[in-house]
Amino acid sequence: MAEVMKIATRDSYGDALVALADAGHDEVVVFDADLSASTKTCKFQKAYPKRFFECGIAESNMMGVAAGMSTFGYVPFVSSFAMFASGRAWEQVRNSIGYPHLNVKIGATHGGLSVGEDGASHQCCEDFALMRAIPGMVVLSPADDVEARACVKAAYNHEGPVYLRFSRLATPVFHDPEKYTFTIGKGETLTDGFDIAVISTGLMTSEVLKAALQLKKQGTLSVRVINMPCIKPLDEELVLRAAKECKKIVTVEEHSIIGGLGEAVCSLLSEKCPTPVRRIGVKDTYGHSGPAWDVLREYGLTAEAIANEIQDFAKEE
Amino acid sequence: MTKQEMLQLKMTATRVRMGVIEATHAAKSGHPGGSLSAADALTYLYFKEMQIDPENPHDPDRDRFVLSKGHAAPGLYSVLAERGFFPVEDLRTLRHDGSYLEGHPNMNTVPGVDMSTGSLGQGVSAACGMALAARQQGKDINVYTMLGDGEIEEGECWEAFMFAAHYKLDNLCIMIDVNGLQIDGPTANVMNTEPLDQKMDAFGFNTIICNGNSFNDLEQAFLLFDRAHGSGKPTCLLLHTTKGLGVSYMENAVDWHGKGPNDEEYQHAMQELQAAYDQLEKEYEQWLK
Repeated sequence: MAEVMKIATRDSYGDALVALADAGHDEVVVFDADLSASTKTCKFQKAYPKRFFECGIAESNMMGVAAGMSTFGYVPFVSSFAMFASGRAWEQVRNSIGYPHLNVKIGATHGGLSVGEDGASHQCCEDFALMRAIPGMVVLSPADDVEARACVKAAYNHEGPVYLRFSRLATPVFHDPEKYTFTIGKGETLTDGFDIAVISTGLMTSEVLKAALQLKKQGTLSVRVINMPCIKPLDEELVLRAAKECKKIVTVEEHSIIGGLGEAVCSLLSEKCPTPVRRIGVKDTYGHSGPAWDVLREYGLTAEAIANEIQDFAKEE
Repeated sequence: MTKQEMLQLKMTATRVRMGVIEATHAAKSGHPGGSLSAADALTYLYFKEMQIDPENPHDPDRDRFVLSKGHAAPGLYSVLAERGFFPVEDLRTLRHDGSYLEGHPNMNTVPGVDMSTGSLGQGVSAACGMALAARQQGKDINVYTMLGDGEIEEGECWEAFMFAAHYKLDNLCIMIDVNGLQIDGPTANVMNTEPLDQKMDAFGFNTIICNGNSFNDLEQAFLLFDRAHGSGKPTCLLLHTTKGLGVSYMENAVDWHGKGPNDEEYQHAMQELQAAYDQLEKEYEQWLK
């Protein structure tokens, strides 16, 4: 079997920004807060230095500057780590970007536990919750390189604020760039099944695919794998269909089980189609330092642990 | 400035103050103190300084103003109404359910408002972004913003000040309404921000201290801002003002930061302002003769 190509979605982000500018979108401008080498906006800076604005370590001001610039018809992409973009600058995002519904895109990298060695202070597992709560905010969480590029393009084409979460860690590319299309508000069914539906996002989707393959080999469960790159607005139709056709739902995210994909799915189902749900994610706790895969394993966010939890949940009466 | 212009500005500013009282009385809330301290600077901005057209509030080439101290919305709305952006009568709907005159400025509902503000410290960042955008587009657009002297206790302001100087935004004019009072008391006691002139100088601004309630001073100050174009330095006008100016019982009274006058207080305030207006009108007529 050929080695699967692995790319970190932060790299895809940097490339996609350059691609937007290359395609003649002159109104695209990029801001960063002293992390351009890590967020990969450095690629844009190198290609289009006059449209890149370094803001220094001052995320709050950066959000406001981008808001002001957008009122002149520019489409700013603002970058930092997820922790600071969604956390430190939350109220600026809410009041200076969200409330006036300005056309600012927030490209947040280093989301989740897979930041690894930097540890808990930098492992943001609350960004979906924080950004979902802002009215009118679109929240995207691509699963691989192909999807990340498509998300950046969709964010550009969308009029209004968008939050995009990218990963530090290189992850398998499983989408076919020739065939894949992305629409805001839509998820995709990757494998069909009728016992249990697993809805996942971001870098968890490739782990879920491995878990589903493992379960398939064991021949015990028919698992439907749904990839949900758009946390908000949620693809309600897809989730409701899964709830109706499968007996149980599992959600998997590299995020707190509070306020993220899992809760979005639960909110929908409890109102429209009550269905047993198991939320797999970070269980109301902080991360800690360590190699990314070791940390993910400890928190039960690797294929094996996910497969075990799905199996246990399937057995429950 | 000619005597005629001076008298006209004073009359306009008095009408603006009346609008502030009308609005906050009708709303039974709002912020008259900081609206009245800022009334003269706002009047000068919208009647002398800025290139704007009330008939075309979205003209992409207009100058911009961001009220970073968004709670002075009654002052801004009153100036916009006087300038013809919307009917003066609408001021009485301030803060009412269903009114487009939101308690703090909303750029999507109020004609002439260039940025939604209200959460302190944020407007100045947006103004920096606008000044940068204007320069990026190669347009001769000035961007003005007004902060409160209490507002600058917010750390974001200093992030924005660094940004403005770093990017040499000499088309940006930051005004600080130094009225010396904030909700919990004198700014000097709550959180001392002085020496502001030295701080702004050190942050790389073309710093000008003036009486923010004197049109002669304001004219000179904005002339110095104009001359700073091409210098690579953003301008900071430290407007020394009197909070509540124009209504005797509101002057320098911290209580009047954030409440509306009752019926009796309203009558009292309007009588004082009307008397001031009548006096100015008399002077103006005499001058015409």
